[in-house]
Amino acid sequence: MSGEREPGNGGRARLWERLKAGLNRTHARLVEQLGGSLEAGEPFDEEARARLEEALLGADLGLATTELLLERLEERSARARGAAPLRDLLVEEVAALLEEIPAPPEEGPGPRVTLVVGVNGVGKTTSIAKLAARELGAGRRVLLAAGDTFRAAAIEQLALWGERLGVGVIRQAAGSDPAAVVYDAIQAARARRADHLIVDTAGRLHNKEHLMNELAKIRRVVDREAAGWACRTLLVLDATTGQNALSQAREFLRVARVDGVLLAKLDGTAKGGMVLAIGRELGLPVLYLGVGEQPEDLVDFRPRDFAAALLE
Amino acid sequence: MFDGLQGKFQQIFRQLRGEGRVGEEHLRAALREIRLALLEADVHFRVVKRFLERVEAQALGEDVLQGLNPAQQVIRIVRDELVALLGEEGRELQLSGQPAVVLLCGLQGSGKTTTAGKLARRLAARRRYPLLVAGDLQRAAAVEQLVQVGARVEVPVLTPETGEGVVALGARALRYARDRGHDVVLIDTAGRLHVDAALMAELQALAEAVKPCETLFVADAMTGQDAVRSAEEFARALAVTGVLLTKLDGDARGGAALSVRSVTGLPIRFVGLGEKPDDLELFQPDRMASRILGLGDVLTLIERAEQSVDAAEAERLASRMARQEFTLEDLRDQLRQLRRIGPLQSVVDLLPKGGAMGKVEVGDAEERRLKRIEAMIDSMTLAERRNPTLLNGSRKKRVARGSGTSVQEINQLLKQYLAMRKMVKSMQGKSWLKRALKRR
Repeated sequence: MSGEREPGNGGRARLWERLKAGLNRTHARLVEQLGGSLEAGEPFDEEARARLEEALLGADLGLATTELLLERLEERSARARGAAPLRDLLVEEVAALLEEIPAPPEEGPGPRVTLVVGVNGVGKTTSIAKLAARELGAGRRVLLAAGDTFRAAAIEQLALWGERLGVGVIRQAAGSDPAAVVYDAIQAARARRADHLIVDTAGRLHNKEHLMNELAKIRRVVDREAAGWACRTLLVLDATTGQNALSQAREFLRVARVDGVLLAKLDGTAKGGMVLAIGRELGLPVLYLGVGEQPEDLVDFRPRDFAAALLE
Repeated sequence: MFDGLQGKFQQIFRQLRGEGRVGEEHLRAALREIRLALLEADVHFRVVKRFLERVEAQALGEDVLQGLNPAQQVIRIVRDELVALLGEEGRELQLSGQPAVVLLCGLQGSGKTTTAGKLARRLAARRRYPLLVAGDLQRAAAVEQLVQVGARVEVPVLTPETGEGVVALGARALRYARDRGHDVVLIDTAGRLHVDAALMAELQALAEAVKPCETLFVADAMTGQDAVRSAEEFARALAVTGVLLTKLDGDARGGAALSVRSVTGLPIRFVGLGEKPDDLELFQPDRMASRILGLGDVLTLIERAEQSVDAAEAERLASRMARQEFTLEDLRDQLRQLRRIGPLQSVVDLLPKGGAMGKVEVGDAEERRLKRIEAMIDSMTLAERRNPTLLNGSRKKRVARGSGTSVQEINQLLKQYLAMRKMVKSMQGKSWLKRALKRR
């Protein structure tokens, strides 16, 4: 990774600032779009509606979610009678929508395994490095499994991260059966008394049946071999992805029982608004946000903060 | 996926058929569906807006409703407009310079390294002698990845030396290529955010040093509304010569292609269709348009129909239908037109899959049946064809003998014909049909 970037010595609060800075790059444009909607007392008329609709569509919320939010906003603004700017009301509605998504159950003590899945190029391996760094910071023993045996140098990429972080990486030769790697890794995690095994998988487009079957097999191996452990599947989504994210989430959920989403690449200008539709339609919560390329650039998802940063 | 817009269109225009004329209201309904389709395909909302304005202007104009099916007509206008906006077909790499330099740039994870391998393979197939340059010094093991990709496509890879920056590497690559006789240098670069000023400046410095004849912006087909921003910024920073759209083997509709094209004006050159070195094709605007609209190849079918259907014939038929004079002769002519489009199976194969259709197998039986119907009608006298009520028992026997069929089959044909004629009658007074006829 780049050495000349900001050194990663800041705390969580600073990361939120960073996320906001990223989202704020679009802020100016958003404000421009929202225009008069920022003023208190502005009526929710056709013009305001059109402006807000564009802002929401532009943030990749999709038409269905956008219309739902505008409907709710309309009711709300009728009740509020212009007491607050429409934008503030909209932020509240976005947050409310996010809060309706059921949170995942609390993780108990004992060993855990996290299967990290997603389509090609969303940032799975970098996200794994971030998760591992966070677990190390919490004093847990981490082990990584190089389950992407397909893409050129994917194993090397994870191994390099393992070296940097001082974390063991269970690997086999390129081209070997990923389910076998996972099997080995679980035995190794047990032998080494690791607290958390994080499994990398090959990027796969969700419409490729054979690759999805392979993933289902990996998940079965995890369930069988790590019985009694807390097992979860984390879906990594790219914030720049549009409506297709819903299709991805649906298929990965079906095949690998996804428990939550890690939304990566939020340090650009994309806002990842598709997570609202994913939460609403599939009940999948966002757990983490990726806000940079450094191991510490990972923040917990907080609905209110996300909504505020989105529309601030 | 494919039955979405198609199905909705048919609903809208079924209502329309009931009312007998295309009002603005119907067009509005159609435009709403098109808007939904485009937004679901991730076309940027501003681009959608402009697009709909153009379509509306055209569809309300003179040229609408020429053909027999208004739903298909509107889809056609939309598709044609979309094809026009998507620009020209993709062009191969235009190489100049000794060596010619091709630079790949884009966001993280867009698929630059995989693409570099594909382009190298393509160049080698054109009897070029390419050199791959591992210019991604940011991501862990990116250099190693290109080394492996290069080995797979049997193209040498130049890797950075310890401490060497990407600009120095680029300059060295040119010297290296000249020494070894490489005529093309393909430079992979690190994925970077368009808002990362430092890395964008680095890319500019690299371009300055190596003077690429082609700079391709590699973009993920699944990109949403942000596609416009990133493409704009890359095009502003560099003399980008084209766009390469990756991961089109997924199920994303790829509206980003339209957004990027209409905002930057950059031509889309190639599409990536898989992870293997050969999964790269030249961009085809018509296919992309159908994909964005979720239409399958039904438009190819419409086109083929238009090409093979004799316009004069169609006019004669339509005018007869308008006067409710749909005879067996007309039926035969229609069947002939249908068969001119191509074998039935190929026609059915072009229809959108999924939905109620599923995979339809048209056996030889159906094909043969059409031929038999033609034969039956051919065996009738002119008077019988125009007035089938003349067909009594003995006439039917004669026709059956003449066409090598049976009286039973003839009865079946007559029954179907009467049903069709009834349908034609119910279309009486439909102004769209009359207007269509006048315009032909």
